[in-house]
Amino acid sequence: MFGAGGGTSSYQEIEEADLIVMWGSNAREAHPIFFHHVLKGLHNGARMFAVDPRRTSTAAWADVWLGIDVGSDIALANAMGREIISEGLHNTEFIENATENFDEYAECVDEYTLDRAEKITGVPAFAIQQLAHEYGSAGMAQICWTLGITEHHNATDNVLALINLALLTGHVGRYGSGLVPVRGQNNVQGGGDMGALPNKLPGFQDVENADLRGRFEAVWGAEIPAQAGRHISLMHEAMDEGTLKCLYVLGENPLQSEADAKEMRHRLESLEFMVAQDIFLTATAELANVVFPAAGWGEAEGTFTSSERRVQRVRKAIDPPGEAKDDIEILCELARAMGHEWETSTAEQAWDEMRSLSPLHGGMSYERLEAMGGIRWPCPDESSDGELFLHGRLWDRPMTTQKAPFHAVEYAAPVDELNEEFPTRLTTGRRLDSYNTGVQSGRYSSPRRIPGVLDLSPEDGVELGVSEGDLVRVTSRRGSLEAPVRFDRSLRPGLAFMSVHFPDETDVNQLTIDAWDPKSGTAEFKATAIRVDPIGVGAVPS
Amino acid sequence: MDLRLMLDRPTEAEREAVDALLGPGDPFNGRVAHGGHDARDQRHLLLPALHAVQDVSGSVSKGALSYICDRLTVPPAEAYGVATFYALFDVGGLGGPSIHVCDDIVCAQYGAEELCAALEAAKTDYVRSPCLGQCDRAPAAMFHQPGVGYGNAAPVTKESVTTPVFDELPNGMVNQDASELTLMRRIGTVDPSSIEAYVESGGFSVLAQAREMGADAVIDELKGSNLRGRGGAAFPIGIKWEGVRNAPGPDKYVIANGDESEPGTFKDRLLMEGDPFAIVEAMALYGFATGATKGYIYVRGEYPTAERRLRAAVGRAREAGYLDESFELEVRRGAGAYICGEETALFASIEGHRGEPRQKPPFPTQSGVFGKPTGINNIETLLAVLDVVAHGGEAFAAIGTSQSTGRKLFCVSGAVAKPGVYEVTFGATLGELLDLAGGVLDGRGMGAVLLGGAAGVFADSSALDVPLTFEDTRTAGTTLGSGSIVFFDDETDFGPVLRRIAQFFRDESCGQCVPCRIGTVRQEEALARLSAGSPLGTVAEEKKRLDDLALVMTDASICGLGQTAASAIQSAMRLGLRGVPA
Repeated sequence: MFGAGGGTSSYQEIEEADLIVMWGSNAREAHPIFFHHVLKGLHNGARMFAVDPRRTSTAAWADVWLGIDVGSDIALANAMGREIISEGLHNTEFIENATENFDEYAECVDEYTLDRAEKITGVPAFAIQQLAHEYGSAGMAQICWTLGITEHHNATDNVLALINLALLTGHVGRYGSGLVPVRGQNNVQGGGDMGALPNKLPGFQDVENADLRGRFEAVWGAEIPAQAGRHISLMHEAMDEGTLKCLYVLGENPLQSEADAKEMRHRLESLEFMVAQDIFLTATAELANVVFPAAGWGEAEGTFTSSERRVQRVRKAIDPPGEAKDDIEILCELARAMGHEWETSTAEQAWDEMRSLSPLHGGMSYERLEAMGGIRWPCPDESSDGELFLHGRLWDRPMTTQKAPFHAVEYAAPVDELNEEFPTRLTTGRRLDSYNTGVQSGRYSSPRRIPGVLDLSPEDGVELGVSEGDLVRVTSRRGSLEAPVRFDRSLRPGLAFMSVHFPDETDVNQLTIDAWDPKSGTAEFKATAIRVDPIGVGAVPS
Repeated sequence: MDLRLMLDRPTEAEREAVDALLGPGDPFNGRVAHGGHDARDQRHLLLPALHAVQDVSGSVSKGALSYICDRLTVPPAEAYGVATFYALFDVGGLGGPSIHVCDDIVCAQYGAEELCAALEAAKTDYVRSPCLGQCDRAPAAMFHQPGVGYGNAAPVTKESVTTPVFDELPNGMVNQDASELTLMRRIGTVDPSSIEAYVESGGFSVLAQAREMGADAVIDELKGSNLRGRGGAAFPIGIKWEGVRNAPGPDKYVIANGDESEPGTFKDRLLMEGDPFAIVEAMALYGFATGATKGYIYVRGEYPTAERRLRAAVGRAREAGYLDESFELEVRRGAGAYICGEETALFASIEGHRGEPRQKPPFPTQSGVFGKPTGINNIETLLAVLDVVAHGGEAFAAIGTSQSTGRKLFCVSGAVAKPGVYEVTFGATLGELLDLAGGVLDGRGMGAVLLGGAAGVFADSSALDVPLTFEDTRTAGTTLGSGSIVFFDDETDFGPVLRRIAQFFRDESCGQCVPCRIGTVRQEEALARLSAGSPLGTVAEEKKRLDDLALVMTDASICGLGQTAASAIQSAMRLGLRGVPA
């Protein structure tokens, strides 16, 4: 946000904030380490709001849970904005000096009265008002979100709606206040940092900027394409058109992790050539022409970057098994096979080259990372100890750098509409003991494991005449599957939930829609219209 | 809190009862829910919430438990653990009315078994109960009717035990002339529901006097009085109050321990029912002298009349301005757990947990309820404090003996002609108490006397000459304990008496520490084998086993329950009482 690809705040600030808003995030289960910092914050007296369609185990910790309708986040955020303005809780000094487009924003949110927001979101007006008042008057406030915000056809607008709230109240750029998109795995942030994005070079440097590109070209001794590449949804389109014919998949399982799995299989099977590089033989890898077995953590040197932008060293403890190799070694050998005489570098050599080009990482030598127990970027040179939080510049007076813009965004309902044929809203997510498609977590047993089931409210169960464990048929406009029913108090009537962990048994992405956000390329995994039909009794253990 | 709530919902009535206590809850529409800090701050209301649903349903249903858990953010497993700890909560039961029949050592002398037999013959559901504290009018029963409440009945007959009554019983009998009495002077002579009557009888003058003297002077008088606690531990009160007063920090608590559950003890019930305003006055004084801003009166769950009258008294004292906003006073109801009379278990109970005692140190004056400095005293002690402040420590110390100052209440029950609470000056002998109570019933001979209840010791007629003071009983190897004195006539078979005592401890052990949890079970088993004439090995081996168990429980238990669980049984074996295996 504001040009930087990371959360603004450190974990320490989460622990010391006065108010924590968990928005579209079941961090208690999906980000348990991050949630420990939230728990410390609660122990220190922070109040917590949870905005989530389900009363998740995260929401169970909240002072107030707002049970929003799936995909109505913008209406809620805009109504909060309107309420904050009308109560005079907005930070006029900050808005004037550090932001722009406020008038446009104020005009936009003026249409979102509490009553209207209640109608759109289903959340009682008083609760929206309470959240607005507490956020507007908190000393230090954090908004943390995850896929409940970003897995929508209007993901970027959702994020902007939250950023607007921080700009409105000055809850950004200062100690304890911030915006935190919590990362789904230990090194998702690191992947972005290193330029594993279609439009960014390492350090979030724009690939379409010729000066920046030139610096990389000079060091790499090669020309870099001047246009941004395709994000995943554009890749899907290119595959559909037949213009993308070869795919190199590193550490991903798109066959099972992407929306509308039937379509995805068709795409991957239509490719001329696919390479998969992974630590496991995933379902995707089974379709590949060539598989490179890769080293896992503990088998390779390198760094991880956490959600608080802290870069930490990881070390090799054991050799990779069998023919598996370190990713760097695989890439260098591949280059040599293609006729480039690359020396296989150490992880540290690769890192040093990268930080010579990325100002965010300039001062992060391995030696300093080790001595300081990790460093949070930006750390431009070795005189810098990194930063606790980002965008402190917004509080410089006079502010000489670029102002942060408000973005007026409008609510737009999920693409997959509910109607008489598909009356139930299905949303997806993760559970504590499993990770994504289960490639990693499905290999061990867990006493907490809940297998592939359809979670329904007990009331819906009564309505359907089914008991826990009964098989039902779940049908969306794209596909259909069978799953046993499990009752879950965290759901209200009309709302269903499936985890994404068991693509081989209950492949929820047969149901999901691949409508995607044009700005981020993320598909709308969170909002599927389904119909549930009972088909049998007690066929599968609960 | 991480909650895995059950799917069950409460009934409308249960929900209303919980909401009346905790404030309105969120609608069940999956749109908004309140929890977090506010809910966690109400965690200590778990027992009152369980009472609320038990009161309307006669049991704690899954749906009600789930709703309470949701409101207080308590995991259901934990709340289940708490609810099942307390005998009065019928968790997952059918609900409806219940009959509790006391079959403890006093009521057993008055035909408790015949009552139970009559109920069984009538196919009426009932629950056997440990001592209900109505020993002056045994046999006793307690009734519960959902939506109506609890009622005591004593004495009950085979006919009346099947018909619940909820009218308040008349005040406990005072068999002495009011003019001779100090601690009990208002019992039966001053209307316990009238604050005017209390004030007219000199009430609240001591509190005013104390405020004039100042807190330090109050504590000096207490220290000068040599007043010792009447709950059983005989701790010097001045030292305790000074400890709370000197403890650092702004949050301090004072507690009146009205969880009188020692079998054969009923003096505090008499005081709470008959002189509730005096307890309120003493608590206000306690808060003033120690700097505590919050007080609790913890009343035994089986004492509904005492609880009602104390609640009313607190309300009227507040209306009349005798309690101001500097001191909050709350009445809490126990739920059937002997162990909660132990002070640290009582703290746990107020906090909404299972009544499990804590290790001491730290002592309550340093870390008591909610981990804060806490002063806790028995009801009788608090009334004695009023007398100390009214007349001065020196004058108080002049009464009684040098080590045992002031007046003392004794609960005389069992095989005596006039059971009741008797007030004497320290120094009176057991024989004098027996005379006051009209001697052994029906002119029979004395078999034995149990001093200090189930946790006490048996004595024979040789103890009749021993003055009932802290020092003389210690020398004689007996105890004052809670002031319970239960006589048995010379026809008593003590086998069943000892088994009832052993059963009592097995039932009431909180189960936290191994010596007590296992020891009380093994003790009961050994006694059962002996009485059935089928000892494990020889009788001598069985008795050796009982001795070993006694040693382990006494030495290694966390709290007084386990430490005294073998006391009465061992003393009975030493005395070779009738029916006890020799």
